[in-house]
Amino acid sequence: MLLNQFLILGAVLFCIGVYGVLARKNAVMVLMSIELMLNAVNINMVAFGFQHEVVSGQVFALFIIAVAAAEVGVGLAIVLLLYRNQTSIDVEDFDLMKG
Amino acid sequence: MVAQNIAFGIISGIVVFSALRMVTTRNIVHSALFLVAVLAGLSGQYVLLAAEFVATTQVLVYIGAVMVLFLFGIMLTKAPIGKSMEMTGTQWPIAAGVALMLGAVILYSLIDQFGSDRLTEGGKIYRTADVGDEVFSTYIIPFEAISVLLLAALIGAIVLARKD
Amino acid sequence: MWMLENAFLIPLIPALSFAVILFFGKRFIGADRVHVIGITAVSLIWVLSLVAAFQWTQRVEHPSPDAIAQISADGHGDDHADDGDDHAGAAMDSESGHGGGHSSVLISPVVTTYSKWWSNGGVDFAVGTHVDGLTVLLLVVVASISLLVHIYSTEYVKGDRRYVHYYAFLSLFTAAMLFFVMAQNIVQLVVGWELVGVCSFGLIGHWWEEKPNTDAALKAFLTNRVGDIGLLVGMIVLWGTFGTFSIDGINAAISASPGTQHLALLVAACCLMAAVASKSGQFPLHTWLPDAMAGPTPVSALIHAATMVVAGVYMIARLYPVFYDGFSIGTSSINLMALIGGFTALMGAGLAFAQWDIKKVLAYSTVSQLGYMVMALGVGAWTAAIFHLFTHAFFKACLFLGAGSVSHAAHHTFDMRKMGGLKKFMPQTYWTFVIATLALSGIFPFAGFWSKDEILLGAKVGQQNGYPLMLIFGCAVAFMTAAYMTRVVWYTFHGEYRGHGHPHESPKVMTVPLWILAGMAVVGGAFNLPGPVLEPFGLEGLAHRVQTYAEPSVYLSGLGLSHPDPSLSMALIGLGLALSGIIVTYLYFWRKMGPHGLTERNKYAKAGYTFLENKYYLDYLYNDIIVASIKKPIANGANWFNQNVLDKAVNTAGESARDSGRWIYKWIDQGAIDGSVNAAARGADASGEGLRTIQSGKVQNYGQLLFGAAAVLAIVFVIVI
Repeated sequence: MLLNQFLILGAVLFCIGVYGVLARKNAVMVLMSIELMLNAVNINMVAFGFQHEVVSGQVFALFIIAVAAAEVGVGLAIVLLLYRNQTSIDVEDFDLMKG
Repeated sequence: MVAQNIAFGIISGIVVFSALRMVTTRNIVHSALFLVAVLAGLSGQYVLLAAEFVATTQVLVYIGAVMVLFLFGIMLTKAPIGKSMEMTGTQWPIAAGVALMLGAVILYSLIDQFGSDRLTEGGKIYRTADVGDEVFSTYIIPFEAISVLLLAALIGAIVLARKD
Repeated sequence: MWMLENAFLIPLIPALSFAVILFFGKRFIGADRVHVIGITAVSLIWVLSLVAAFQWTQRVEHPSPDAIAQISADGHGDDHADDGDDHAGAAMDSESGHGGGHSSVLISPVVTTYSKWWSNGGVDFAVGTHVDGLTVLLLVVVASISLLVHIYSTEYVKGDRRYVHYYAFLSLFTAAMLFFVMAQNIVQLVVGWELVGVCSFGLIGHWWEEKPNTDAALKAFLTNRVGDIGLLVGMIVLWGTFGTFSIDGINAAISASPGTQHLALLVAACCLMAAVASKSGQFPLHTWLPDAMAGPTPVSALIHAATMVVAGVYMIARLYPVFYDGFSIGTSSINLMALIGGFTALMGAGLAFAQWDIKKVLAYSTVSQLGYMVMALGVGAWTAAIFHLFTHAFFKACLFLGAGSVSHAAHHTFDMRKMGGLKKFMPQTYWTFVIATLALSGIFPFAGFWSKDEILLGAKVGQQNGYPLMLIFGCAVAFMTAAYMTRVVWYTFHGEYRGHGHPHESPKVMTVPLWILAGMAVVGGAFNLPGPVLEPFGLEGLAHRVQTYAEPSVYLSGLGLSHPDPSLSMALIGLGLALSGIIVTYLYFWRKMGPHGLTERNKYAKAGYTFLENKYYLDYLYNDIIVASIKKPIANGANWFNQNVLDKAVNTAGESARDSGRWIYKWIDQGAIDGSVNAAARGADASGEGLRTIQSGKVQNYGQLLFGAAAVLAIVFVIVI
């Protein structure tokens, strides 16, 4: 197996995630796309760990999973709050920062 | 190695397809289910990379916990289920352009840098016990920090989401 | 040597006392009796500190074989390993500081390491104590002043709203400072540094019901944070350079091969200097210190005069090889540290003239004296700086406690315009205050004379070169110090009483600490007398005790630090300047000579006075210009920029693109490139419209920009590299 197999898979997933974050209107789907990006990073971590025969790759992948879980929790709470206050979770509706 | 390559090919095909469908489908619940497929496929990839514990955690934490959280989020925000709502914004061409540009540069540099490097064969395999040892010795401080982070996130989520 | 190896007990006791006072003080002991715990704990550590100091002197006088590290005459130790206990350490110059080749007996510091504290990614963080002469000197100073302040406070803050909180924080502060001075590695140094900062914050804001107090506390905290960035960066640079956190390891590595890491050390020294500037009130981060006088007066004496603010000076002394090598103190004739110190000394002394609040005068005096110490370190006069730290702690604490006593008597005012004539009401306070004033002014034979003289001497002779500019600064400050202190004595104790009510002498519990401190202000100089003074009495053996015991010359001799010979002329010049300062002020106030009312008559003098009264407008610079410019105008400007420039630019770009498209359409051959022109124009139009939405406020637009910019940057990197 080539190292690049995994790295390219990660890169493709990352870019799909970027597209999802930038294009989707629903805030929950934006969050899901962020998960996709984080997973893409994880593949790289594990693949490089395997390549260099170190365990740190797996350890950091685990840390990333934990951080992602925390991020989802807080992110969904914020989305819920937004929904309650604005009755919308369309990210395009939130333009309070409009200059 | 052929078997692994075939497995990799099949799983990546599923993963990429699901990921693409996830960001393009108009039904939000389908989107969530496609994400499940992606995460499960990645779990399989971890197994291919001999990272059994990460693969297990992926299934437990992501598919088990995070996805349920997502489904609850979808439910609580009463998103219209079905094709009634336009799920993709008007600016999707820009987003696609940015993503493609990013993808092109990453792919170029990956191929340029790693070319056809082969994965180490017969190298040391780290089992769950080794990962545990490492987490609780070398990385004990980050581990504790993550614990505190999770606690803080838990409290923060409760504070944000409670009704009062 | 038991005490030196178990020095961790010393910070532990007040830390326990803190916990006990805080958790059990109100409920079990009674809020009005918590001081018993605090005083007991501090008395205990005072005794332990004295034991430690005694054992250290024993270690120097009668070194056991394992305490000696022999180094060759050129001072390059070969036995400096990078880890392990008790390897290299402080040395004692067996001769009293006279230059020339001689073999040195080196006394290693007692470094005790308690295994690993924690480890992360293969880097170990040890915890332990590093005890040498400098440490025990600071231990004695901190414990003594803290003890006296504890006792004094029982009367001063009696019946306070937060008596328990007050004593708890005093204990915590003492613990933090003691922990700081015996830090074994730079991580512990950072921890102790931040702890004293927190305690300072808590005690400045002790009466937080009043807005100015909380403001002052916040100001102190935030100003210190500015310097802390420098501290962290400097420590990281040190770690990156030497690969060890151990203070001993870093110092030994530098002194073993001076000059090899000059650039890294210069960066580290500059960063650490920022930290020193914030903690020790050096220009330009000194502005928090006078405001910190909002705290209770005993706290000002303990923290903002004697102990916490010397943390910066202590850190320089502790990591002196870093600064010595980084700033090339040995070979230059001016450097950043000396300049900052000298300038601060001069500036602080100038500001002290224009203050009416007695504590603020003392605060600026502290700023000025700390500048003196930093300047002394900057010119290579290590011993002089530490000696001045030692003497200054006592007489400045005496002055602050005296000011507290005055305010206690005169209805809690610190305004000197409402004092005056207090001499006959409170003779005890008066006399102690005068003694401390004379000591601060540097009058023979008080403590300040000896230490100030050594600093001036260091500035004159320097290392390989003299530091002429620093000498001028030092002399000017010596004159000004005497003058402004005489002014304080005049306004506070002489003339007519201008307040109301009947001032009274403070009770014994306050005057006894004053007398003890005044006694130290008299005899404190005896700890580092120059040899020639003692020769007529046959007591040469007692000369330069501070230098003998405190100086870690195993680090310093490798760098080639030299000690100037005592000079009678320099001492006379310093004394003359101080006396003339007193005399001029005396004539001005007592005899009403000189240009009285000059500031009202002469507009230049008035302008100068206003300049001083407004503290050189530095606060205005920070608050109204720097902070406000960040807060308001930049926000407004950014808004305006968005509204007018960006939108307009985008519109104009779109329009001009469209116009140019039209122009091209109109003038260039329509038949051949018609389609492409249309496409270009439309593309420009669309991009113009697209750019307009940059300011949409929609998060996804920002995300697109972010990722797009990242991609473009990555492409640039890929192409370039």
